[in-house]
Formats: sequence, C-alpha cells, structure tokens
Amino acid sequence: MPSVLGATLAAVIVGGPLLPQWALFILTIAFAQGLVALGLMLLLRAGLVSFGQALYYCIGAYTAGGLARAFNVSDVFLQMIAGAATSALAAFVLGFLLAKYRGIFFGLLSLALSMILYGLIVKSEALGSTDGLNIAQSTLFGVRPASAWVRYAVAVAAAFAGIGAAYLVHRFLETPLGRLGPAIKDNEIRVEYMGASVRHAIHVKYVIAATLAGVGGALAATTVGHIDPEMAYWTTSGEFIFITILAGTGSVLAPFLGALLFGAIHTLAYDLSPHTWQMSLGTALLLVIVFLPEGLWSLFARRRAG
Amino acid sequence: MDQIGPVVVDGIIYSAWLFIAAVGLTLIYGVMKIVNVTHGSFYALGAYAGASLTGAWLARGYPPMLSYAVLLLAAVLVTLVFAPLIERGLLRFMYAKDEVVILLITYALFLILEDTIKLIWGVDPYFVAEPYALLGSFEVGGLRYPTYNLILVGLALASGGGLAWLLRGTRVGKLLLSVIHDPEMSRAMGVNVGRFYLVTFTFGSMLAAIGGSFTAPTVSVVPGLGVDVIVLSFAVVVIGGLGSVPGAALGAVIVGLARSASVHYMPQVELFVIYSVMAMVLAFRPRGLFSIAEPRRI
Repeated sequence: MPSVLGATLAAVIVGGPLLPQWALFILTIAFAQGLVALGLMLLLRAGLVSFGQALYYCIGAYTAGGLARAFNVSDVFLQMIAGAATSALAAFVLGFLLAKYRGIFFGLLSLALSMILYGLIVKSEALGSTDGLNIAQSTLFGVRPASAWVRYAVAVAAAFAGIGAAYLVHRFLETPLGRLGPAIKDNEIRVEYMGASVRHAIHVKYVIAATLAGVGGALAATTVGHIDPEMAYWTTSGEFIFITILAGTGSVLAPFLGALLFGAIHTLAYDLSPHTWQMSLGTALLLVIVFLPEGLWSLFARRRAG
Repeated sequence: MDQIGPVVVDGIIYSAWLFIAAVGLTLIYGVMKIVNVTHGSFYALGAYAGASLTGAWLARGYPPMLSYAVLLLAAVLVTLVFAPLIERGLLRFMYAKDEVVILLITYALFLILEDTIKLIWGVDPYFVAEPYALLGSFEVGGLRYPTYNLILVGLALASGGGLAWLLRGTRVGKLLLSVIHDPEMSRAMGVNVGRFYLVTFTFGSMLAAIGGSFTAPTVSVVPGLGVDVIVLSFAVVVIGGLGSVPGAALGAVIVGLARSASVHYMPQVELFVIYSVMAMVLAFRPRGLFSIAEPRRI
C-alpha cells in the first residue's frame, strides 16, 4: 500500500505541471471530496451512514474562510490544520450523543445537525448569509505562488493531505480498534461480549471521519475561493454518500478514485447535457447499489483474487 | 403580544401545509419501512402537473371555480403515472435490503426524477395565481389572509381524518395493520401484501403530490422545488415518530407554530428552530414523541 500511495503522490508532483488548470482544479476537488468520503467509508464499514457529513465539511470550510478573512492566514496547510481541529472538536462533543445511534436514526440525527448549521449560516449576515464569502488566494509556507502556479501548488498540498490521510487510515484499519468496524456491522452484541466498547469505537471513528471532512472542507474553500451555506445542505451530504457508495469500502484508495470519477461524471454529463446530469448520477448510483453492492472497488479486488 | 393572533393563524396554515406534505412519508414508512426521499419529487411533480394543467384549463376560459378540482385531478393523474412505475418496476425487488440501502435507492431515484421533471416541463418557472386570488380574503388581528389558505387547512383535516378512518374503521385498514405488524404471517394468511405495498406507496406519494399541486398557485414553480420539502417533511415525521399518523399531525403543529413564532418574533432563527426541535426530539426520544417501545432484536 505505501508504494502505491507514494507513486500516486509522485505522479501528482511530476505530472501536475503538464495538466491544464481545469484538470488541476478537478483533481484538487477530488482530493477534498475523497477525504470526506474516506471518513464516511470508516463509518460505513461499521454499518453507519451519515446523512450530515456536510456539517464538518462546512465547519472546515468556514474555519479556513474565517482564518483567511479575520487573520489574513492564507496558508493552505494552516487552513487545513485549523479546519481539522474545529471539526474534530465539534465531533468530539456531538459524538457522545451520536455514538448511541444506529441505522436510520444515526442518519437522521446527523442530517438534523447539519441542517441546524445551514439554518444558522443562512440567516447570519456576518457569515455572508446565502451569498457566502470570498476568500483570498491561497499561499504555501508564506510564499504566494505566481497566479499560473496557484492551482498546481494547492493540488500538491491536496495530494499530500489526501495521501497522508489515506496512509494513516490504512494503518488505523490494521489496529484492533480499526478492525472492529466490520464486526460492529455484523453483530454488535458479540463485540460487546468480546470486551470491546462499541460506543467508544464508534465515537473514535466518528471523530476521525469529521476531522477528515474538516480538512476536505478547508481544502475546497481555498481551492474554490468561495464558501457558502450550501456546503452544509443535505444535498452536499448526499454527494459524499454517493461517492462513498460508488467507490466501496474495499480500500483507502477507493474514496479518492470515487471522488475523481464523480468529478469526471459531473463535468462530462454537465457538458454534454446540463439538464440531465443528475439523471446520469442517479442511474450510476442505482446500478452500483443493485449490481455491485461492494462498490466499484470490488471489480479490482475480484480480479486480484481470481 | 398583539401578534399572538397572526402567529397562531400563520402557524395553523403552515402546519396544515406541512401535514399534507409529510403525512404520506410517515404512512409509507409505517407500512413499508422505507424512508422515501422521492417524496419530495412527488411534491414537485404535483406542483408542476397542477400548475400546467390548471394554467391550460384557465387559458381555455373554462370556469375558474373548477380549477380546484383540476389541481386535485392533476396530482392524482401524475402520481398514477409515476408511483406504480417506481414501486412495481424497482422498489419491490429491494424490500429484502437494509433500510439504509433502500434510502440510498430512493435518493438515486430522486436524482433521476429531478431531471425527469426538467425534461417534461423545462426549466422556466410556471405561475398560476388565479386560484389563489379567487376566493377573496379574511382578516385576523389587522392582517389579511387569502381565503385560499383555508382550503389547505380543510385538505389537511380531510386527509388526516380520512386516513384515521381508513386505518381504524375499515376492513382494508385492519388488513393493512396486520401487514404492518407481520408481513410474513399476513402473506401466509392469504393477504396480498404486494398489492398493499403498491397501494400504500401510490397513496402516500399522491398525498405529497396533492400538497405540491395546492401549493403551486401560491409560489412560482421552479426546478428544485421538492428539495427543501424533503428535509422539512423528514423533520415533521421524525418529531412525531416515524410511521405514526397522529405523530405526523403533532410534528406538523409543533414545527408550524415554532416557525410562525420565530418568523414574527425572531426571523433570524427560523430554520434553526425547526431542525433544533428535530435534533432535540431525536436526542431525547429517538423514536419520536408518539412512539411505542420496540424490543431490541439480537
């Protein structure tokens, strides 16, 4: 796994300058959304579907935006760290409540929480209300890249964050706590009998997932240069779930490939016929759920096993 | 305190609207255990069908008083086209799957229906304000309200009362309760469970479409109309307890009054209030205010 991750990182650094600006943009956004989906994957392995992960995406984005506007901090890495910290804090507190919930109720409660944030931002003049806020151009370690190189610099930062996170989650999945996920999904009571605390395991996973979503949100904010309350709306959460289901839970790379594919379908379908791109997304999701319940990654895995 | 009259009237009108929009969702969940995201799509379908059909009706110069019947007819027709297609064509093969997976399937269907609506009706807004203005207005506490709003209240009472009667007072309703209680056993006793699912899905979706078509005269009908309705009706239904019709009524009244009070006294917390109530209810009574204890399954 580390060799694959290293190769991906090298490919982005070496290949990045050859890519056009729009492709770098899609790549960076794919890393941002992939980070959120990576967190959702952790939860999904334990059988939990969060319909409100946009909450932490939005918290991350507004933290980055706040830093940029109030303190003039435009460094990509600082913004990502701050986004991760605020999201982790929020998830740590809310996790005490959410770790008690399973199935549909976990989804609905996380949905309600994200909609509360949406309701707050929409009506708050200071946070830009429905129009959102613009954010100054990103810098890297105090250096402001020439405007032709900003996208490349942010893409490389995104690759470091995304691949670093993928490696850490990969390591986490090999720890006893990480391995509990599928066991919880399978049979919670047996896990309790083995002496592990299901609630604790879910709380930890929930905080990790939120942290990743916070990094993703900060990254998206600095890439797009604009934040708005739609980032907390339920349709945004829906997109993340879409990516996670599309990719499957087979590998830590899957969410990033899923996000890249989502970006590709989105751009392509939007280009070809702007009024039916949601239909293409919906059809793709339906086909994956029905024919590939383990996601697209299971195609790779099956070939390797066979 | 002089605003208390308008707060109550607004609250009742909004509650009635919420109840019509949400009660089908709780019915479908109660019977089929599906958290149905396409509910919002049916609301939008109803709104588009109502607006276009009533627009055509009025443009031909037919009696405007009958436009209310046309609104109802439009909602019924559009549901009869789409709901059986979705239930028979797709959902019935999915009932064995997990609740969350079925939710994702209806989410995929919602995405598809969003664009289907754009393909049928285009992306330009529709306006039919005539039925809204036709009945004049009444006055409460110095504020004028269009009498049209009373139709919404009447519809909410009729659909709520009708459902209660259907479930408690008729043979079909008793059979339906047996299906809710134990589909396997009902099937063994010769109840056509598949047909009950089809009828429930169609009827529940029809209520959403009626909600949409009767809202059409009060707004401009644009793409994305159903998106907000989905989360709002989720909130209403969750507050009362998923699957409970009286619960949906209670949820609608709570959300309706909370919203109208916040609009009159503190407009900046409008949405915040609604979803905070939802979160509070989930935090303290996860199965809603009108719930019965369910044994934990191993």
